[in-house]
Amino acid sequence: MRTDAATVSGQGLIVPGSDRLDLPEYPKPEPGNHPPLDFAGYKSTGLRHPQQPLVLLPQRLTEVTGPLLGDGLITMQDADLTTQHAGEPQGQRIIVFGQVRDSGGRPVPDTLIEIWQTNAAGRYRHTREHHPAPLDPNFTGIGRAITDSGGRYRFITIQPGSYPWGNHYNAWRPAHIHFSLWGRAFTQRLVTQMYFPGDPLLPFDPIYNSVPDDKAKAGMVAEFSLDDTQPEWALAYRFDIVLRGRRQSVFEEHGFEEHRFEEHRFEEHRFEEHGA
Amino acid sequence: MSEPLTPSQTVGPYFAMRLPFAEGPYVVPPGTPGALVIYGRLYDGAGDPIPDGLIETWQADPRGRFAHPDDPRGPVPDGDLSFRGFGRCPTGHDGTFRIVTLKPGPLPFGDGRTEAPHINVSVLGRGMLDRSVTRVYFPDEAGANDEDPVLRLVPEHRRRTLVAVPAGVNEETGQTLLRFDIRMQGDRETVFFDL
Repeated sequence: MRTDAATVSGQGLIVPGSDRLDLPEYPKPEPGNHPPLDFAGYKSTGLRHPQQPLVLLPQRLTEVTGPLLGDGLITMQDADLTTQHAGEPQGQRIIVFGQVRDSGGRPVPDTLIEIWQTNAAGRYRHTREHHPAPLDPNFTGIGRAITDSGGRYRFITIQPGSYPWGNHYNAWRPAHIHFSLWGRAFTQRLVTQMYFPGDPLLPFDPIYNSVPDDKAKAGMVAEFSLDDTQPEWALAYRFDIVLRGRRQSVFEEHGFEEHRFEEHRFEEHRFEEHGA
Repeated sequence: MSEPLTPSQTVGPYFAMRLPFAEGPYVVPPGTPGALVIYGRLYDGAGDPIPDGLIETWQADPRGRFAHPDDPRGPVPDGDLSFRGFGRCPTGHDGTFRIVTLKPGPLPFGDGRTEAPHINVSVLGRGMLDRSVTRVYFPDEAGANDEDPVLRLVPEHRRRTLVAVPAGVNEETGQTLLRFDIRMQGDRETVFFDL
């Protein structure tokens, strides 16, 4: 790809007379930040993890781009899980809110968050679910939201319940909400689970404990917030989500220093936030 | 020192409540001229189909462009933003999935070389604590595949796991069919990438 003049379009650069593409980089997570694909405590991983060595994939155009909501793919938001039916669902009403940012601290705006969870009794509304707990005709347990310019989101839902599963004798999942995020690039795609502080099942759960790094693991536990709890109405939990960091590399021959470019970008974000 | 990332966790079996959507498998609407169907099965290490997996795809448009601000080549020509590029399909009870799309164009790699047309794939499912990433390449691009800078990183005897297999034409729709099975383990384990 050759161009005659240096052009800045979007956030990338094309260097004149060069075949080079200047693309952002998404540095690798620290070892132990994510769970291994093969984890003996979670039995179903046994036949479902790659056994051959992974091949290092360079981060090029397909990796640093991804679906954006501007494409009109999903526009419907449904961030209140308590008003999807004629009546109110059973259980403890809660607010789950937070910020999606990257590991450099920059908010991730306009990104899709999809969630799913059990009802208050610990039952999913799904044909494969056989836990003998009652279904709630007023609760489906699915929602979605889009982050605002500051990367913030907010759901209203019901405190999910715990439920047994077949992994080992007397296995129970701690209460959790599943979160799926696109981020802004293929590299940032994340599916995770949010847990609740003080849940007595956490120490026994192989899925939660599959994460080797304790600090990273603790990041999956929401924080109770009395400040954001609404009097006479709902408890609030804060769950911030950190996606892979985005670093814009700039060619040395341009004379830019990377950190200066980064600061500039950060200022833009802050300006947006203040303007909002 | 940057913050730890929020760790990945399995989608479990109940992602099926939320993540699939009716248009998910259709990167382009049915009936789009030139559309092809990439279909296959997801298998576990015992050779059994995985019925609770989720396949997601991401790719360039037929001209090799992305409607994304980080594509330094600029906005998609002609202001054509209609190509979604993203596909999502849960696996069926028999492990099958299908994505209806257009073949992407080749891409500049950034060093004078060219990436052959390819589609990035995320494999998620119950029993998977993180996604596994692979790629689909095209069987009618043998020359470009031989020169592809990513395929060349893959041991030669394993490259074939990344190339879809021609499977004829659907006589009703006229769509080209390509088969792409994904094997998590075994003799023919699909090549997965560390991204």
